[in-house]
Amino acid sequence: MRDSGKRAEGGRSSTVSLTVNGSGHDLTLDNRTTLLDALREHLALTGSKKGCDQGACGACTVLVDGRRVVSCLMLAAQCDGREVTTIEGLSPDGVLHPVQEAFVRHDGLQCGYCTPGQVMSAVALLAEGRAGSDQEIREFMSGNVCRCGAYPNIVAAIREVAACDAAV
Amino acid sequence: MRPFEYIRADDVASAVGLVSSDPKAHYLAGGTTQIDLMLKDGVLEPERLVDITRLPLRGIRRHGDVLHVGALVTMEELAADVTVTEQLPLVREALLGGASTQLRNMATIGGNLLQRTRCRYFRDPTVLSCNKRSPGSGCAAISGAARMHAILGASMHCIAVHASDLCVPLVALDAVAHIQGVGAQRRIPLADLYVLPGDRPDVENVLQHGELLTTIEIPLLPAGTRSGYLKIRDRSSYEFALTSAAVALAIDDGVITHPRVAFGGVGTIPWRSPEAEAVLRGASVNTQTFRAAADAAIHDTFTVTGTAFKVELAKRTLVRILQTLTEAG
Repeated sequence: MRDSGKRAEGGRSSTVSLTVNGSGHDLTLDNRTTLLDALREHLALTGSKKGCDQGACGACTVLVDGRRVVSCLMLAAQCDGREVTTIEGLSPDGVLHPVQEAFVRHDGLQCGYCTPGQVMSAVALLAEGRAGSDQEIREFMSGNVCRCGAYPNIVAAIREVAACDAAV
Repeated sequence: MRPFEYIRADDVASAVGLVSSDPKAHYLAGGTTQIDLMLKDGVLEPERLVDITRLPLRGIRRHGDVLHVGALVTMEELAADVTVTEQLPLVREALLGGASTQLRNMATIGGNLLQRTRCRYFRDPTVLSCNKRSPGSGCAAISGAARMHAILGASMHCIAVHASDLCVPLVALDAVAHIQGVGAQRRIPLADLYVLPGDRPDVENVLQHGELLTTIEIPLLPAGTRSGYLKIRDRSSYEFALTSAAVALAIDDGVITHPRVAFGGVGTIPWRSPEAEAVLRGASVNTQTFRAAADAAIHDTFTVTGTAFKVELAKRTLVRILQTLTEAG
């Protein structure tokens, strides 16, 4: 029987190759390590936030191979060979992404803890073509919870970027 | 949270062998429930996880009037499929009505069909009474807060609901699961896959340890069929169903033909209702017919204080979607 899974140290850890925001990383991680913990604790990318840590709040949203996921419910080992984009990857040269600029302009946050997840989710939402109306934005942003209640401004920020994209 | 071995399977036979040969091994697909129950809730403690996400079970193919969906197709992928969009609105609506986009990008169809219950007592290991988790220990939900629990197929032993939206239209459509065991395959109608809890709520389906769901066959509806999924919940998005109903039917000269009805949010398993279908079949389109179908469907309920409201809500859910589908041009 073939059994090509990656194993090391008695099978309790794995070597994982991740491309994060365009940079390659080879990590040896305890198998219990989630993608979120790998990003925050092993790669010092603390932009992705740990909110509920149970897939309910969306604060840890990142893109894996271009699709938005909650990184708290994904094992890092599952992401071996995948491309991960985090909030840090949206502005590699310090120039804010249009969605980030719109969040600033529309005051789409209060405490800011959910914001990286909101922004990553919004970037994906726009790519999915699901910002056609306020109702559609609300429905497909529902996986990102904001306890401060900045929702109207978040919707306004996304609506503005969608309108700009449509005008191009 | 116990350490575990992680193995990535690269073909179906290896995966099935690795799990079948080890009682402490579990499959890992999208992980949205498995990782939650393992790492966060501490309810599941496998010693080996066999990651099946790279197996070639990702295709959606049409064979005549049947759609074959690989078990590793994600919820988002199936919802976006052209055939599903055009011919199975009840499936698409159930998919997009569940979870969030992030979770739908991760969660697979196979995992959705075989997901564990969301019962909060099952998911809290500090709750000692849970027949599903510890057979014979009792059921804390019976005397606790139980708004999200089942009224059909439930008993003093267990009132945990089957939380899948997708399974509701799939049982209504007579979907069939392809199951791969060690050296053997079998096909199981979805309606026969799930087991009523009875006095063994820990047994949720007919699968043997290590058997792998590889494909789900979804029969397409004939042209002219109307269908939809109505989900009633406490929030307008990203929330489990209090009640839901999947319906397909055709109307021929004012008379209902080919009715298919199933309920979600109320059953310990996805709940097909042949009783409602019998009332609807050949009946004329009016609210009296719909109400009679609802009364026939929701009977022999087992309710506790927290779930009693669902008897009437489930009936009204069916009446509402029947009204919507029959009013549409």
